[in-house]
Amino acid sequence: MPATERRIIYCHVDEPGYTTDLDCYVRHGGYEVLRKHIQRKPEELCAEVKDSGVRGRGGAGFPTGMKWGFLDRKSGKPIYLICNADESEPGTFKDRQIIYKDPHQLIEGVVISAYAIQAKMAFIYIRGEMVHGYKILERAIAEARAKNFVGENILGSGYSVEIVMHRGAGCYICGEETGLIESLEGKRGYPRIKPPFFPAVLGLYNCPTIVNNVETLCQVKHVLDMGGKEFAKIGVAGDSGTHIWGVSGHVVRPGYWEIESGKATVRDLLYDFCGGPLPGREFKAIIPGGSSTKVLRVGEKFKVKLTDGSAAEWGVLDIPLDSNSFGLCGSALGTGGMIVMDDTTDMVEALANLNAFYAHESCGQCTPCREGSLWLNKITTRVCAGNGRLEDADLVKNIADQVAGRTICAHGEAIAWPCQSNVPKFKDEWEAKVRAQMQAREHGGAPVPRKGLRLV
Amino acid sequence: MNLSPETAASIDRTIALYPQKRSAMLMVLHAIQEDQGYISKEAVAWVAQKLEVAHIAVLEVITFYPMYRQAPIGRRHVKVCRTLSCALRGAYKVCDTLQEELSCPLGETSADGNFTVEFVECLAACGSAPVVQVDEHLLENISPEKAKDLAAKLKADTTPAMLPSRQ
Amino acid sequence: MSAAPSSTVTITVDGRDYQVPAGVNLIDALHDVGIEVPHYCYHPKLTVAGNCRMCLVETGMPLRDRATGQPVLEADGKPKIGWGPKPAVACTTNCTNGLNVRTNTPLVKDCQQGVMEFLLVNHPLDCPICDQAGECKLQEFATDFGRGYSRFIEEKNVKPKRTQLGPRVTLDDERCILCSRCVRFCQEIAKDDVLGFIDRGSHSTLTCYPGKELANNYSLNTVDICPVGALTSTDFRFKMRVWFLKPTPSISTESSVGVNTTVWSREGKIYRITPRDNDAVNDCWMSDSARDLYKPVEDPGRIDFFAVDNCKTSPDQALARAAELLKAGGVGYVGSAHSSLEEQFLLRQIIGLEPGPVAFTAPKRQGDGLLISNDATPNLRGAFLTGLLKDAPAGVADVRAEAISGAIKTLLVIHEDLATLGFTDELLRKVQVIYVGTHANRTSDLAQVVLPGLTVFEKTGSFVNQQWRVQRFFQAVPGPAGTVPDAQLLAQILARLSSAPAVVTSPEALWTSLAARVPQLAGWTWGVLGSLGKVLDASAWAHVPFGEGSSLHYDPAALTAVKAG
Repeated sequence: MPATERRIIYCHVDEPGYTTDLDCYVRHGGYEVLRKHIQRKPEELCAEVKDSGVRGRGGAGFPTGMKWGFLDRKSGKPIYLICNADESEPGTFKDRQIIYKDPHQLIEGVVISAYAIQAKMAFIYIRGEMVHGYKILERAIAEARAKNFVGENILGSGYSVEIVMHRGAGCYICGEETGLIESLEGKRGYPRIKPPFFPAVLGLYNCPTIVNNVETLCQVKHVLDMGGKEFAKIGVAGDSGTHIWGVSGHVVRPGYWEIESGKATVRDLLYDFCGGPLPGREFKAIIPGGSSTKVLRVGEKFKVKLTDGSAAEWGVLDIPLDSNSFGLCGSALGTGGMIVMDDTTDMVEALANLNAFYAHESCGQCTPCREGSLWLNKITTRVCAGNGRLEDADLVKNIADQVAGRTICAHGEAIAWPCQSNVPKFKDEWEAKVRAQMQAREHGGAPVPRKGLRLV
Repeated sequence: MNLSPETAASIDRTIALYPQKRSAMLMVLHAIQEDQGYISKEAVAWVAQKLEVAHIAVLEVITFYPMYRQAPIGRRHVKVCRTLSCALRGAYKVCDTLQEELSCPLGETSADGNFTVEFVECLAACGSAPVVQVDEHLLENISPEKAKDLAAKLKADTTPAMLPSRQ
Repeated sequence: MSAAPSSTVTITVDGRDYQVPAGVNLIDALHDVGIEVPHYCYHPKLTVAGNCRMCLVETGMPLRDRATGQPVLEADGKPKIGWGPKPAVACTTNCTNGLNVRTNTPLVKDCQQGVMEFLLVNHPLDCPICDQAGECKLQEFATDFGRGYSRFIEEKNVKPKRTQLGPRVTLDDERCILCSRCVRFCQEIAKDDVLGFIDRGSHSTLTCYPGKELANNYSLNTVDICPVGALTSTDFRFKMRVWFLKPTPSISTESSVGVNTTVWSREGKIYRITPRDNDAVNDCWMSDSARDLYKPVEDPGRIDFFAVDNCKTSPDQALARAAELLKAGGVGYVGSAHSSLEEQFLLRQIIGLEPGPVAFTAPKRQGDGLLISNDATPNLRGAFLTGLLKDAPAGVADVRAEAISGAIKTLLVIHEDLATLGFTDELLRKVQVIYVGTHANRTSDLAQVVLPGLTVFEKTGSFVNQQWRVQRFFQAVPGPAGTVPDAQLLAQILARLSSAPAVVTSPEALWTSLAARVPQLAGWTWGVLGSLGKVLDASAWAHVPFGEGSSLHYDPAALTAVKAG
């Protein structure tokens, strides 16, 4: 039986006749969760979120209830809530659908979460490129304010919170929570050193701050609606709820699907939903959760131990769509932005494409990322231009090893993981490519022309 | 500084929203760029004074964030996403076609001043790759086959620049 | 007011336990126990940046059982350590009880080699033409912690190479490792926010805002703290290789702050002055203006001769004439707050034998609240200590009046050009001046006896700064041929006046007398002053209004409060 979606967050996305105005949202039961739960004690709401086991959906997957629990409430400083709408992880396009098609769900999620953590003020930091999304959210906030869902004394509760829309200006690193905070303070988006700048203690203006992803804040609404314990029953242990999978690359039908955690496999996603590979082609590799996650080669086998203690062997297509399963296979669920590559893809070119992205997006603050990312980029550019050497593959992997774990922020891992996985898993392609180039150079010929992708 | 009164008023309103003035930096720079087409040296000094920061603090921000520019560009800003998902579906060919059809070298402005074509990084619309953003409009599913049509449409569109470049 | 005793904690480094002050930065703590953790961006006087990643070490804390809260032990009874999953930078780690650190494991060595390799990837091979060579942290750590070779074969980034950041600082952007020390210094210490990074990633470039300059009077400190040759002193550029230079501890004579300095010289020629660490006085900073103070040493107008009645003569003859004039009576004295404590002490003894009015000027300047006070001399307080002054200096008006009236017939003048203090040529001819000074001026031109003095760079002695701290300075270069230190000149005059053999003028010998004769210095020796100086009890002069304003480590209001309380 083919896998099905379970649309909780996306329940109204692409629904015929559904519009982004507040009236439509209210007709569909919108703001009832806010109305009901703003009358409860904020600690109760936090407890529900904790009970639900819901994890952040920005890529790191940290349990949201636990994150909220780290807030410093002793210092007396104002608490800030920031919605991270700076969706920039390559392969990811799930928050866009919420912002553009169901913005009030996000607004309601922001307000009720702000209430739960007793935030003094909330910000929505949206990508600078999403100009229309910014305008849609601005209008939604204005509508919500007019109906007393945002602003002073919300629904007579005594709680007030303003939401300020803030636009970014083209930086991937401003999606990193402390980089975002720096950007929101009007500076270069340099991530902060931790310790001491843990956002829950020293965040925006050195006040306790929570940064949550768009989808996470929407999840909070549904957690409260169902009750934390009920929500925990959705999905699998350790990864409750649903995941929104965005599939792009070499499939018949790229797109987005909301699937209950762990209730379908990669095969279900790629074949039942995406229609399989393009005609005449075969799947070669997938990057499961956004470009920073480690690539999986179709044909790899993973010996895993399941939660019930039994052993199993998975091929890439067998992997269940939940956080733990991808972890067992040496990769990660990340943002659920799956990039699919088929047998027409030159994997060295693919890595070169990502290296160029990471080099361009490195903020430049710390040595390993700044120098490592550009060095990796220069190597893969050179290899793709026809001047590769046999030792370049191992050098790339080794440089990546020197970056991961040694940087101020996770951009170090983001740079390193693609290299650390691509090189060992596609060593045969690297060698074949370089040997062909060496032959061509030996015979004085032009560098071997590239197929498919091209790098500037 | 020649800002329109609406822009100036909107900037003041924006600054008032934040607990600290400096936070309005990115929004103020967007407003100025949308009013004038780019951020001039004069604008840098103006922003520094308005937000009570050192001049260097403004320059640091402008050069860090790729969306800000310090010189005017073409009437239409054509941005082709080049990151993996779009590249896998032919983004480089799309860009080649657009450059050729619009007579615009990559990263520069065409001789007739109508177009600036450049690569940008992932625009978060990977499911409809390849994507091209023209000014503030995201155009999806611009496959290599459709690139020529897009170029033709852009050439035929004679509406004034969305982001005027006033001297 | 005594500080509360600071607590210590036990940290374990590479298997050994150490007692260190609680909460102190790990890099500093390790430095104090002799373990060097290489670092670039960390500086003890600036906020922590944590961006160079050179100081990566392994850290861990003893594990506690989640349920019982009891420490988890290894088989041998030692506490089991929970090591962090990733190495941590030492500069953001503060010492707490039980902190465990490993600084020399294969992982730490790999981190150091990796960071070193990355730093050199875009760094130009400039050592042969770079001033920093010989005192360059990149060279030192590459040797000690690097892999020894690089695997980089691509093209390096190109950036501007010879930018004049300001009148005194040159910037080479290719050498810059983006540690941000200079940016932080300008923001936090100099309070002159002109530097920043533009562009992004590996193309990040240090720059001064176009149209503005790095011109504040502390700009050269950025050159001192720059760990590589990116920021260099325009004045010192290409002048001398640092390994040829001899460092000599000295004190800046710019003001009564008494900034500690190091004078760098080779074969009798001074090439530059840099700050010397003293956390109680100037931290590790000094002003730009004080760095130029050595330049007058080689002025053509140096007094390098002895003269009587405008004729050059032998030292003996000149000193004899000076003593003769003093014995004749009607003597007045114009002392100098530039004189060392030892010189002032000898002058006091001369005055004891041939009494007369003593005048001091009090040259004022605009202080900056940082390292330049309102008092433009290094040793006004020495004059109080040695009894030359009892109250705030009143200038030379009285002495001038007595010279005019004829009550004063002879003036012994130390380092003061009376022509700038209202003495006419006529007056200078009328009164017999014995002039001790370094540079020729109107007074020395018209003096009866000229004795060559030496600059602070050419002699050894001590000054008393605004904190009443006695600090030593040492001779860096010899004075002009045929000269002797001022103290010897004064001792010779004293000997002729008292018909006794000249006292030994070595600092040790003079200090034996100082300690015996000055109550506040009882029990002190030349050696006890050390490299950081020693503060004396100045309650005897609590009433004197010095009017200097605050400095980095001096708050006159607090002092008054202490004295009052």
